[in-house]
Amino acid sequence: MKNKTTRLLLNATYLLLLISIIRLVTGATDLTSVGTASAALLLSIPIILAGLGGLFSERAGVVNIGLEGMMILGAWAGGFIGSKHGPWLGLVAAIIFGAVGALLHAIATISFGVDHVVSGVAINIIAAGLVRYLSTILYQGGSWPGPSQSPDVKGISLNGLPVLSGGHFFGWQSPDILTPIAEKHWFLISDLIGIIRGITGDLSYVTLIAFLFIPMSFFVLWKTAFGLRLRSAGEAPVAAESLGVNVYAMKYAGVLISGGLAGLGGGFLAIVAANHYQENQVAGRGYIGLAALLFGNYRPGGILAGAALFGFADALQLRDSASIHALILLIAAILAYLVYRDMKRGKMLSASISAVMAAGSVWFYFAVKELPGQLVTMTPYIATLLVMSLASQRLRMPAADGMPYRRGGLR
Amino acid sequence: MSKLVSKKFSLTNVALAIAAPLAAAIFSILISSLAVLASHKSPLLAYKTMWEFGTQAGSLMEAVNSATPYYIAAIAIAVTFRAGLFNIGVEGQLRLGALFSCYIGAMFVLPPVLHVLVIFLLAMTVGGLWAAIAAYLKVKRGVNEVISTIMLNSLAGGLSAYLLSKHFAVIEEGSNNLQTKQLPASAQFPDLMPLLRRIGIGDQPGGGVYGMFFVAVALGILFWFVVNRTRFGFELRASGQNPIAARFSGVNSKKMTFIALVISGAIAGLSGLPTVLGETHSYNLGFRAGIGFSAIAVALLGRNSAGGMAFSALLFGFLEVSSRSLELIDIAPETYVIMQGSILLSSVIAYEVVRRFKLTLQSKELAKVELA
Repeated sequence: MKNKTTRLLLNATYLLLLISIIRLVTGATDLTSVGTASAALLLSIPIILAGLGGLFSERAGVVNIGLEGMMILGAWAGGFIGSKHGPWLGLVAAIIFGAVGALLHAIATISFGVDHVVSGVAINIIAAGLVRYLSTILYQGGSWPGPSQSPDVKGISLNGLPVLSGGHFFGWQSPDILTPIAEKHWFLISDLIGIIRGITGDLSYVTLIAFLFIPMSFFVLWKTAFGLRLRSAGEAPVAAESLGVNVYAMKYAGVLISGGLAGLGGGFLAIVAANHYQENQVAGRGYIGLAALLFGNYRPGGILAGAALFGFADALQLRDSASIHALILLIAAILAYLVYRDMKRGKMLSASISAVMAAGSVWFYFAVKELPGQLVTMTPYIATLLVMSLASQRLRMPAADGMPYRRGGLR
Repeated sequence: MSKLVSKKFSLTNVALAIAAPLAAAIFSILISSLAVLASHKSPLLAYKTMWEFGTQAGSLMEAVNSATPYYIAAIAIAVTFRAGLFNIGVEGQLRLGALFSCYIGAMFVLPPVLHVLVIFLLAMTVGGLWAAIAAYLKVKRGVNEVISTIMLNSLAGGLSAYLLSKHFAVIEEGSNNLQTKQLPASAQFPDLMPLLRRIGIGDQPGGGVYGMFFVAVALGILFWFVVNRTRFGFELRASGQNPIAARFSGVNSKKMTFIALVISGAIAGLSGLPTVLGETHSYNLGFRAGIGFSAIAVALLGRNSAGGMAFSALLFGFLEVSSRSLELIDIAPETYVIMQGSILLSSVIAYEVVRRFKLTLQSKELAKVELA
C-alpha cells in the first residue's frame, strides 16, 4: 500500500514537472494559474459526483448509463426550484429529481430485468425530452425567459482557507499569502502554489460538501455493513442472497443513491457553475463521469484523479486557447512515453502508431499558431478518449456488473 | 426451449404476442394524456387533431421522409445490438459522412446514377472510418464502445463545425447560411413524385417523398437476409449472444466486434444522406441534429428486427409531423417527445415482462411433461 502511495506521488510530481517545463517553454502561463486551478476544481465537481453516482450503482451490479439523464433532470430541477426558492432548496430538488430518474432505472432493470444499457439510454432520451417539454410549457406560461433557459438562481457564498487563501470567518477577512507567490512564475514553485491557491480559495460550500463525498463514499462502501452488502450484490448476488442479504433492496439503494448524486451534480452545474439552467448544460458530463469511474477502476480515489484530469482539460479550453495549444506538446510528451513503454515491451506496431501520432502532434503544434475555437471545445472529449485508451486494460469491474439478477435463479 | 411453447398455436400464445405491444400502447397513451391534461386541454381533442392532420397526404409524405433516415440509422444500431455491442455514435458518423460526401461529391460531375453511388460510397467510408476508431479502441485497448462512441459524437460535432466554417463552406449570394458547394444535378436523388402521380397521389405543398426511401427499404431487406440467413449473420449473433461459446466454435469474436462496428458506421454514414441528396443538395449549418439519438429509440422499440424498426420509424415520423398541429389548439408540439419517450420505456418493460412470463409458463409445462 505504501509503495502504491509513493508511486502515485512520484507520478504526480513528474506530471507537474512536465507541465512546468511546458509552461516555461511555451509561455502559456495559464496552464497552472490560480484561475485555471480553481476553474478545474469547479468543473471537476459535477464529474466527481456523477462518477461517485456510477460507483454506488455499479458496485451494486447495475450499469448506469442513465447518469447523463439523471444529471439533466437534476440540472433542470436546480434551475426551476432554485430560481423560485433559493439555491439550497434547488440543490435538494436536484437530488430528488435525479433520484426519481434513478427510480425509473431501478424499476426497469431490477424489478423487470430490462437490459441495463437499454434502460439507461432510454432514460437519457426521456429525460432530455421531458425537460424540453417542461421548459417549453413554463416559457409559454410566461415564467421563464426562454424555452431553453431558466430564470437566474441566487449564488451560494464562497469561502477559502484562512490566512493562506484569503478566507473570511465571522467577519474577519484573512490575508491572502499564496496569490503573490503564484504570480511570480517561478519554475515549479509558482506552479504548485498556484494550483494549491486555486483549489483552496473562493470555494462554494457545495464544492466542499461534494468533495467530502469522496472519503464518505469510501467509508460507506468499504467500512460499513451496508457497504459490504451492497458490494456483495454486485460481486456475487446469489451467494449474498444465500447469506440473507436482500439483494433487490441493496441494488435499489445503490441505484437511488447513484441518481441522487448525479442529480446533485446536475444541480451543481445549474446553480454553482452557472447561475441558471440551460438546455444542453450537462453536455455529456454524465458519460464523462462514467469514464472517470472506469478510469478510476471503480474506486473513489481513482474517480477523483479521472475527474481532476477532465476538469483541468475543460478549464483550459474555457479559459484560454493558448494553453490548449501548449497542451498539444503535453500530449506529444505522453505519446513519446508510450512509444518508449511499448518498445520496451516489444509491441512494435502500437509503438509505431504512437510514434506517428507523437510526430503528428509536434508537427501540429508548430504548424498551427492558434487553435480555432471549435477545435478547442473538443479538448475534454479527446482527453477522455486518450485516458480511457491508456487505462482500460487494467480494469476490474464488479463481477456481476450489468447482469440481470432474479431471486431464485430464474432468468 | 422456446420451441416448446411456440410450436403450439394456442390462444395463450396469441394473447402473449399481443400483450406486450398492447400494454405498451395503453400505458403510453395514459402518460401522454396526462401530459396534455397538465396543460389543461382535452387529450381526445389533441389526438383527434393529430390524427386528422397527420393522415393528410402531405403530412404522410413528410412522415415518411422523416422516418427514412431514422430507419437507416436504426439498422446501423441494430447491427451492433445483434453483435452484443452498442454504437451510440451514429449521430457523429452520419454527420461526418454527410459533410465529407457533400464536400467531395460537389468537386466533380459523373453520370447520374454513378455519381450518387460514389457519394454513397464516400459517406459509408467516412462513417465506417469514424466508427473504426471506436472499434480499434474496443478491440486493442479494451475501451467500452458506448463511452468512446459518445466522445466521438462530441468530437464529430466540433470537427464538422470547424471544417465547415473554416475550410468547406462557400459563400452563396444573399445567404448567411454556411454551406458546402451545391451538388451538381447528377448527384441529386430524384424524389418519388413521378411514381406517386401514376397511382393517383397529386403534388403536395410540402414536396415529394425522398427517393432514398427505396434505399432504406432495400437496406432493411438486406439486413434481415444477412443477419438471419447467412453464415456471417449467424457468427455476428453468436458472438453477441455468447462470446465464449462462439469462440469455441471457431468464431473470432474480436474480429466480429471490429467488423460489426465498422459496418454499423458505414450504414450510419448513409443515414445522413436522404435530406442532403433529396432536398438541400448541400451540407449546411441547419443539418438536422438528433437523428442518431432518435434512431436508438427506433431500434429499441423495433426490437432490432427489420420489420419492427420499419414500424417504429414510421410511428416516430408520424408523431413528429402530426404533433405540429397541436399548436393550433394551444398545446406545446413538444408533447410528441413525451409520447415517444413513454412508448419507448413502456414497450421495453412490457416485452421483458412478457418474455419472463413465457419462460415461467414453459418451465411449468416442462415440469408437467417430466412428471407425466
